[in-house]
Amino acid sequence: MYQVGNLVKELSDKHGRVRESLMPILQEIVQKHNYLNDEAMVEVARELDISAAEVYGTASFYTFLDTQVKGKYVIRVCKTITCSMKGKSDIIHTIEDMLKIRVGETTTDKQFSLIETNCIGWCHKAPAILINELPYTELTPEKVSEIIKDYMQK
Amino acid sequence: MENTGLNKVDLIFEKIDNKEVLAKAFKMTKEEIIKEVLDSGLKGRGGAGFPTGMKWKFTSEEKSPEKYIVCNADEGEPGTFKDREILDRVSNKVHGGMAIAGKAIGAKKGVVYLRGEYRYMLPKLMIELTSFHKMIKEIGYDFNIEYRMGSGAYICGEESALFESIEGKRGEPRNKPPYPTVSGLFEKPTSINNVETLVTAMMIVKHGAKNFIQYGTKDSRGSKVFSVSGDTPTPGIFELELGMTVLQFVDEFGDGDTKAVQVGGASGFCVPRKKFAETIIGFEGVPTGGSMKLFNSSRSMYNVLHNYLDFFTEESCGQCTPCRVGCQQLLKGVEKVKKGEAKSTYLNELMKLADSMKIAAKCGLGQSVGNAFKSIVGNFKEEIIY
Ligand SMILES: Cc1cc2nc3c(=O)[nH]c(=O)nc-3n(C[C@H](O)[C@H](O)[C@H](O)COP(=O)(O)O)c2cc1C
Ligand code: SF4
Ligand code: FES
Repeated sequence: MYQVGNLVKELSDKHGRVRESLMPILQEIVQKHNYLNDEAMVEVARELDISAAEVYGTASFYTFLDTQVKGKYVIRVCKTITCSMKGKSDIIHTIEDMLKIRVGETTTDKQFSLIETNCIGWCHKAPAILINELPYTELTPEKVSEIIKDYMQK
Repeated sequence: MENTGLNKVDLIFEKIDNKEVLAKAFKMTKEEIIKEVLDSGLKGRGGAGFPTGMKWKFTSEEKSPEKYIVCNADEGEPGTFKDREILDRVSNKVHGGMAIAGKAIGAKKGVVYLRGEYRYMLPKLMIELTSFHKMIKEIGYDFNIEYRMGSGAYICGEESALFESIEGKRGEPRNKPPYPTVSGLFEKPTSINNVETLVTAMMIVKHGAKNFIQYGTKDSRGSKVFSVSGDTPTPGIFELELGMTVLQFVDEFGDGDTKAVQVGGASGFCVPRKKFAETIIGFEGVPTGGSMKLFNSSRSMYNVLHNYLDFFTEESCGQCTPCRVGCQQLLKGVEKVKKGEAKSTYLNELMKLADSMKIAAKCGLGQSVGNAFKSIVGNFKEEIIY
């Protein structure tokens, strides 16, 4: 759980208090806090003068606008066909072993979440993952374990 | 002149003097620009293949003080990654294409809808956009581009869902008509074009329609950028003249053991080896937004089909029953047949379901699930059953 503080107000000042600002505002909250909590959504609803149900209804449509607790680093592993053919399962197993969580879970220290996602546009360099915004490609179990190790030390 | 082979082309990534091309375009009348694009025969590169010149013409004929150019950079079709590469290497030409389109239809505003998965590109794109804005100001032209981000929903690549998303709503496709040329973004006349389409249009203005129609075939003019992946020694991005056969493509990109090529991504068609020689890649054969996936004989086509159906089941917006329930039923259905819980004749029922989805689904997602389903089941029945 995080405190929203002034963030929603600041974002509403920046993007404007109109319906079309809803996505950019929600996106920036997620960039900062990795997911949307109830307080944030209610606050956004108040600033934009729409119902909280509208905000939730919109957010819940988009997989990147998570309404469940997510870790500081969200690892998205592509599971679409090319990555699947080129060893996505080995990548998942490596990450699961390192972080001691399964797909869909978040580490207890709230540092990492591991989820699967659909094609992220790096099929020619499969298998590929995203960690927050950054793509990592042509992965092997060795390569991905180095990458995760780096993040663990951040 | 008809194309008869695999020819590499350098148009999209060709180095040009942007300012010079734009200065030329802004001196043309909107009718002249539209005529050039109409004469070129350019069809949309996002998948649906609607003639770009017609789209611009319809939008230009609408009487409205406000109009929009929207650049579709949602690129969610499995196996497509060319728009990312185009934006990465020649964003100036994407912005330039938007400004030219703006001139043609009478729009002062452009919006790029970039998929959330590509957010990492935004800082660089913003710098390039700033210098672009500066440059067109110097030429004395008034046009402004804004970026809006997606948030991980494939359906937002569908044009009307994309508008809903920019408007801050759930990305649920609208009923058509009205078409975007009449009522698009914020219900204003809108021309929505794919990233590559806009760059191609700009290059047509530069080189002239006459030059462009020397490439490709009657139905598929010019060249396009292909995203090649799967079982190939040379995966990557290749700009090729349209009109080659799948066989010619496989001779160049295959690993010697290619069993099937999925053309056009999950919503496209699966071409089996026995049809390589007779199938043309283009609007007269198998159309593609660029996605080309090769599968060799070690791959299970059941796994391929299952992966695609899983994709559609997740990405269906759920708004209409034929698609929401249809996707689930197709997925469950092939699982049952595979496990022996349903007879192989059940596949015929599923084929019929795929046909009804084509007719009854509200948008292109539900309507095209049957493409992959029927072409994979039709050509690889044994692999689905056993
Ligand atoms: C489910 C679905 C997803 C789509 N995704 C994209 C996309 O990612 N990029 C794109 O350019 N067109 C996509 N389209 C096609 C667009 O609706 C639209 O036809 C296209 O952007 C028009 O541009 P064009 O004429 O230049 O191809 C999609 C269509 C459907 C039905
Ligand atoms: S066809 Fe599918 S994606 Fe399209 S509107 Fe219907 S449920 Fe949504
Ligand atoms: S299939 Fe994984 S990036 Fe496209």
